[in-house]
Amino acid sequence: MSVLEKTVREPVTPAPVRGRRTTAWLLTAGLVAGLVVLVPVAAGTGAYPVPVGDVLASVQHRSGLGGGELDRVAESVLWNVRFPRIVLALLVGASLGCAGALMQGVFGNPLAEPGVIGVSSGAAVGAVAAIALGLNFAGNWTVSLLAFVAGLFTVLLVYGMSRSGGRTEVVTLILTGIAVNAFAGALIGLFLFFADTAAINQITFWQLGSLSQATWPKVLAVLPCAALGLTVAPLYARRLDLLALGERPARHLGVDVERLRIVLVLVIALLTAAAVSVSGIIGFVGLVVPHLLRMAAGPGHRLLLPGSALLGALVLLAADLTARTVAEPAELPLGVLTALLGSPFFFWLLRRTRRRQGGWA
Amino acid sequence: MKRPFGVKRPPGVIRLRNRPVPPAAPVPGEVLAEVEGLSVRLGAREVLAEVGVRVRAGEVLALVGPNGAGKSTLLSVLAADLPPTAGCVRIHGCPARDWSAPELALRRAVLPQSASLSFPFTVEEVVRMGRAPWTAARPEDDDAAVAGAMAATEVTGFAARPFSALSGGERARVALARVLAQRTPLVLLDEPTAALDLRHQELVLRLCRERALAGDAVVVVLHDLGLAAAYAHRVAVLRAGRIAADGLPREVFTEGLLSEVYDQPVEVFPHPRTGAVLVHPDRTGRPSA
Repeated sequence: MSVLEKTVREPVTPAPVRGRRTTAWLLTAGLVAGLVVLVPVAAGTGAYPVPVGDVLASVQHRSGLGGGELDRVAESVLWNVRFPRIVLALLVGASLGCAGALMQGVFGNPLAEPGVIGVSSGAAVGAVAAIALGLNFAGNWTVSLLAFVAGLFTVLLVYGMSRSGGRTEVVTLILTGIAVNAFAGALIGLFLFFADTAAINQITFWQLGSLSQATWPKVLAVLPCAALGLTVAPLYARRLDLLALGERPARHLGVDVERLRIVLVLVIALLTAAAVSVSGIIGFVGLVVPHLLRMAAGPGHRLLLPGSALLGALVLLAADLTARTVAEPAELPLGVLTALLGSPFFFWLLRRTRRRQGGWA
Repeated sequence: MKRPFGVKRPPGVIRLRNRPVPPAAPVPGEVLAEVEGLSVRLGAREVLAEVGVRVRAGEVLALVGPNGAGKSTLLSVLAADLPPTAGCVRIHGCPARDWSAPELALRRAVLPQSASLSFPFTVEEVVRMGRAPWTAARPEDDDAAVAGAMAATEVTGFAARPFSALSGGERARVALARVLAQRTPLVLLDEPTAALDLRHQELVLRLCRERALAGDAVVVVLHDLGLAAAYAHRVAVLRAGRIAADGLPREVFTEGLLSEVYDQPVEVFPHPRTGAVLVHPDRTGRPSA
């Protein structure tokens, strides 16, 4: 038993794990604090400024905790324009961040992202179809529902086509993304061609990605999708960690890989559809956010999934605030802004991955 | 030992989390895995034909044979990864397909031929993944299993480094540590020594012996016949998908059989001091430079 006896003599320092745990708590606290600060600031900032103190007073008043009512214009600006937009930004950001982290875990590839591999465009085809054809069979939820169905179909297609031996190679993934994006773009173009002017105006905003048409009914339309996806995702964190070893080793450790795949592909489609059906295609949030978190706190999914939702919400809220204030009175499309900041990051990631692999083979 | 099959849960009882029951400690000599009349067909090729093997608690079984003889396929079947085309596979007394993935994870651990990782987890995190099946274990047990496995494979020194930053041999040892930390009665290792230096090859095989001594069953695919002769209790020689021989190393490792199976003249002789079986390719016929 000579080798096992060594166990006793060599104590193992659990320092790294504990260190990461502290980082995780600090990070979560920081993200929550960031949101708590940014939400009232974003609510107060804009063409009609409202002091942060008044914002808080109004919120207190509405929730029956004292405070005081503001004048009619301020109340209307806050509750009919700003707050639905803020809530929508939080929901869309959280969905995109979490969907990115999930997708990278499921594909076993750190470059997977709803925008990059074409799932966003796929979901957009569904949404655009609903608008262009004037479909209204499920009321407010029609656009979300069609976006979900089309998004799900696209994830399944990409997932089925780009994997071999339980893994997705970077080149295959990106090339599949190009093909899917091209086809989805063609379908959207086709719908545009047949749509009337009103629908065209509505559709054009999809391709740029924007939250400027936020209303409470839209918030309600995506809330079920986003809430369901964001609740279910963290339950699979530990199994996603094991999946990093590969499909067979994960199965050897007791993961029902087939079921895991089905559930997570559904969740990814839900989250992407939630984001796309109200805001159009907003790229790179799902790529940048999980990467920043991995750099700060390691790749464990127990922090990564909820953390990506929080950071995604924070990033998108900040981006939307920038988009609507930086060029006042005009408004930058949000999707343009995220792509402007996100694509250099993607490029850097590609270069780094290539260097590590020693070429694409 | 047998699981109650076909027992239905009473209606209305919702199982919140199916927590698999760990197996009882194996009795020495108990058959922990066996295949009978096994055939495996992958595409048009018959990879295994009429194979029968029993893996008993308390022994190290080495699978040897030339490349493409079906060693890894046999290991996959024993691991319940690959369903047989014909024949039956039993793990812990029950047909392999009757076990759920979490139940199997408490009964057998598998070391794949090559270890890879999609994200930069640290060495300690990777080894800790081996504890995932033990959802009901106390945290102290998990810590002890992880620390023990890391010390045994000599990877404690780089516990905090990311797995992706390690060399091939270091990765192989970390992967082995993960398998050891799983603490299952049946351990299946596919070429655990392939990437290792001399010292660590010996270390790994010694660990196999220790696990067998502690009552577990170890199946190990090996290319080094010297290692197999020195450390295995029993050796199964595969040739073109069939078992060519199965028995004690000193019985199985004969010049005639090995020369024929490997299609290469082989010398088998006793160690001058210890008398242990040594296997060496016969190079007397090679062209001199």
